[in-house]
Formats: sequence, structure tokens, C-alpha cells
Amino acid sequence: MTRAAPAVSETAAPLGPVAAVVPAATHPFVAVLRRPEIGALAAALMIFVLFSSITTAFLTPAGIGTWLYSSSLFGIMAVAVALLMIGGEFDLSAGAMTGTTGLLVGVLTTQWQVNIWLAMALSLAVALGLGAINGLLVVTTGLPSFIVTLGTFFILQGINLAVTKLITGSVAIQGMSAVDGFDTGKILFGSRVSLLGVEVKTSVFWWLAVTLIATWVLLRTRPGNWIFAAGGAPSSARQMGVPVARTKISLFMTTAGAAWLVGMLQLFDVSTVQATSGIGQEFVYIICAVVGGCLLTGGYGSAVGAALGALIYGMTLQGIVFAQWDNNWLKAFLGAMLLGAVLVNLYVRKRLGSRS
Amino acid sequence: MSGATPPRPGSAGTPLIEARGVGRSYGSIVALHDVSARVLAGEVLCVLGDNGAGKSTLISILSGAQPHGSGEFLVDGQPTRLSSPREARDHGIATVYQDLAVVPLMSVWRNFFLGSELTVGHGPLRRLDVARMRSVASAELARMGIQLRDLEQPIGTLSGGERQSVAIARAVYFGARVVILDEPTAALGVKQAGIVLRDIARARDRGLGVVFVTHNPHHAYPVGDTFLLLGRGEMLGTYARGEITVEELTRLMAGGSELDDLTRELGRHPS
Repeated sequence: MTRAAPAVSETAAPLGPVAAVVPAATHPFVAVLRRPEIGALAAALMIFVLFSSITTAFLTPAGIGTWLYSSSLFGIMAVAVALLMIGGEFDLSAGAMTGTTGLLVGVLTTQWQVNIWLAMALSLAVALGLGAINGLLVVTTGLPSFIVTLGTFFILQGINLAVTKLITGSVAIQGMSAVDGFDTGKILFGSRVSLLGVEVKTSVFWWLAVTLIATWVLLRTRPGNWIFAAGGAPSSARQMGVPVARTKISLFMTTAGAAWLVGMLQLFDVSTVQATSGIGQEFVYIICAVVGGCLLTGGYGSAVGAALGALIYGMTLQGIVFAQWDNNWLKAFLGAMLLGAVLVNLYVRKRLGSRS
Repeated sequence: MSGATPPRPGSAGTPLIEARGVGRSYGSIVALHDVSARVLAGEVLCVLGDNGAGKSTLISILSGAQPHGSGEFLVDGQPTRLSSPREARDHGIATVYQDLAVVPLMSVWRNFFLGSELTVGHGPLRRLDVARMRSVASAELARMGIQLRDLEQPIGTLSGGERQSVAIARAVYFGARVVILDEPTAALGVKQAGIVLRDIARARDRGLGVVFVTHNPHHAYPVGDTFLLLGRGEMLGTYARGEITVEELTRLMAGGSELDDLTRELGRHPS
């Protein structure tokens, strides 16, 4: 509206009555500050500066490669979990599912000589099926997704361990690298690309791609609109003809699909799968999403924010190692980050929704 | 109908919707009995009544939320039985409920098009036509006389009256010929209620039929063309604007002589 600030005072008098009816449009700077991911961006910069200055390893090519890889695996899941949270739901089974998908491919290929690509397709189908079950249980019963997915989390945790032990006699699957086609799969899911001297693993590119696609879907497509509406005010959304149930089921399937991707990335990176893989990480995903600006009550958040939340977590995880601090500080840091983020979100919610 | 008496400007002969002696009972309880009403294009029908007068039952019949039990219901002169709000919407009858069906944290333009988003492109590249949605929303709101600073702001940050205006503008844009407003001014202050009354007048001037449900005669009187009074599920009377004053309306709503008795009872008695 106003091209330059001084012009306002000059024209204020003649425009007085008009300006009272049509106040100036929101200043671009204010609009930027209103974005949900702005807090996470500031925090990520601070963490980056902190560990760059107190450790020498953090900014070395090897160091950068390490924290980027760490962030990418959490980031893919955090972005998917963020979409789900914006849609008003949680998925506690997401961590265990990254293990389930990898273990399934491992068992099928090493124990039963199934073609690796077929095994991966089957694993994806199983993951999407599990996501659909989570979603259907939530939307048909109306139970909180927290309880439903807590149930599936424990079921998967139990199955991952019991079935792996039953079939292989141990709690890990090894010898994946001898499987036919493993090397081809590794190019897609477990290789490295040298960028400006930094060995960047392919998972980082997957992370970027997932974040970009999620952002596009959220902000520029009809399903994205429905995700915000389904989480923000489900009954209003239904009144306006938004397919709330279908949207939520799709979100659970998306989270499960992301878990499959992370399962594959881990499998092809190290060629072994632990039966306990992914357990305990479900809360990290949620924390990353919340740090990235997602409201626990749904209807608000961003994919870029969740990706930044994961970057903060990855940098801190490796930074603490480089700084040779006691590893337990990570947990304390994580808790403090979560509380800080929730307080910021509470403020946002009050400011935006006070008249609702 | 006849050349000698031209219809009043805005009203086009056949009522958009008409109820003839409609009623509705739940088990042995009669919620509404023998009520008749006509909604004409370019006119405001005010439905007045105290709590429990049968206003909600009448609205639910007009809006398609539940079918009428007895009597006749006509849309464009044709007997119709509405079985869902969606069916009512297809007939151009839109209801704006008190919760307004908005998502507070979403922007004004996203709320305006929620569930009916405009898109461009095909397949995976099918995307929201943000520019067009913003310009349409802005133009439609302007036609209702609403000027917003910023269409990007969450609708939850608007005042109650402004949100009501957006909901009405949205109903009109998506093809409503009749807008039913359920107590739109009930929770609002004087200034905000004024905004809504202005919206009602604008909708009327654009040739829509408006059903304005309220228990406040002072809100109904300035915009109403016809006043339908309900009490205990029955029709207490229908009055054209010129036939009644706001004082009489208030008195009738409160049950006529009951209010006189109450006034006497509450007055100061010497000794």
C-alpha cells in the first residue's frame, strides 16, 4: 500500500477518513514474522553458530556430512509427522514402523531369497496398509490417535523383536550386501555425492525432496487446504464439504510411507537392520514438528519448520559428540527445546485464535 | 401476475420458498404447529420469538436439516421435501449457523473457498488458483461492503460481525438465493450487530431472500419487510412492516399481557 514510510505522514491528513475504513495491508516484515517456522530458523542458526565456534570438527567436511545425514533421517519423518499433526492427529507407531519395513525386506531377501525389489514393494504395501489401519481405527471409532497408535506401536515393537528372533535366531538381520540387486538399491538409498568437498548421503536429497513436496502440497493444493481444515476445525470442514475422514486416513498412510523410506535408507546405508531400530524415535519426530511450529491441537504448522526442527536435533546430536560433552545433555536439551517451542506456540495460538 | 398491479421492486411474484401450515412433532411433543411463511426475492423475513418458541424447528425445516411433518413446503412454487442441507443448497437455500463453519486459523480467502477451492493444471500439477481465489474473495467481500486489511490474516482475528459478513458473502457467491441467518446478532455488541444488519440489507438489495431469525425486535425492525412471530410452537401472527411498530413487536414477543403484568409486578409500589 505504502511505497515509502515517509509518504504516510504527508498524506495522512487528506486520507484520514479513507484510511480509517481501509487500514494499510500487513507489512511484509510482519508477514514473515507470522510464519510458523521462523522460531525454528532462529534456533537452528544459533545452534549452528554455537557448535561451529566451540568445536573444530563441526565445520569440517566430514562433520557436516555427519550431522546432515543424522538430520535427514529424522527430517523425513518429522515432515510427515508434521503433516499429520496439522491434520490434527499423532502417530506413535511411526518410529517402530521404520524398523518393521527394513526388517521385512531383510527377512524376505536373506532368509527366503525374494527378489529385493519385490521385497521392497511388499514392504511398502505393508507399511501403507498399517497406516490405513491406524487411520481407519481413528476416524471410525473417534478414539484419540494417541491411544490407537500407542497400541500399534507396542504391537509393532513386539513383532519386530519376536519375529526377527524366531526367523533368524538373533535380534538383527545381516548379510544384506550379498543379496542380488543390493548394489543398485544402494545407489538410490545409500550412496554419497561429493558436493564442495562434503560427502552428502542420498538421504539428504530425499529429505529435501520430501520437504519441498510436502510444502507444495500444504500450501498450494486442495488436499493441503483440507489438511489445515481437518485439523483446525473438523466440524466446520465437514459442513463445507471437506472429506475429513479421507484426508486423515491419507495422512496416516503418508507417515507410514515416510517410515518405509527411512527404513530403506537405513537398510542400504549399513546393510544390517536391528530389531530395535526406530524404537523411541516417535517422540523425537513429534518434538521436531513442534519445534518447527506445529500446534499440538492441529490446524497450524509447516513442513519447512519440521525440517528445521530435525536439523536442530541432528546438529545438536552430533555437536554434543564433537564437543565431547556427556551424551545425556542431549535429552535435557531436547526437553528444554520442546518446552520453549510449546510456550511460543501457545502465544501464537492465543494471538491468532483469541476471538474464535 | 397482473399488469395493473406491478410487483414491488425486487419481489418477483412467486415466493422463493413458502411454508403452508407446516408442523413438526417429536413423539408426543409438538414443536411446531401450523406455521405459514413466504420468502420473496429482495425481501427480509424476520422470524421472532422467545426461547422455545419454535424458531430452531422452523429453521431446520427451511434449511433441510429435517423434513417437515405436516403441511406443505414449496420451493419456487413446487411442493418439495428437503432431506438434507446439501439438497437445500442445491435449491439455492443456504444457512449460516452461529458457528459460521469457518476454520479460525486459516486465512480469509482460504475460508471463503473451503471445500470448493479453485484450481488450475491437471494431474500432479493441479494446484490452487491462489490469485483468482484472492481476487474473487476480495471482490465478493467488497460487493457486500466489507473492506478487509489483508485477506491473508486468519479469519479468527476478525471481529464477530466481520466473520459473519464473510460467511454471508460466501453463501451468496456459491449460488444462494435464500440466506437463512440463525441468530447472527445474538452474541454481538451494538456496533458489530450493525455490521451484520448492513449485510442483511445489502443481500436484500441484491435480490436475495433473507430469513433473519432473532429474539431481538430492535435488530429485526430496521431491516425486516415481514415479521413472523412465534410462541410455544405456534404462529402468533404475521405483520408487514407498516402494520406494526417496534413497541408492539416487543410487546407481542414477550407474550403481550404477560409483559404488562410483569411491568406492574416489578414496578415500585408505595407503602
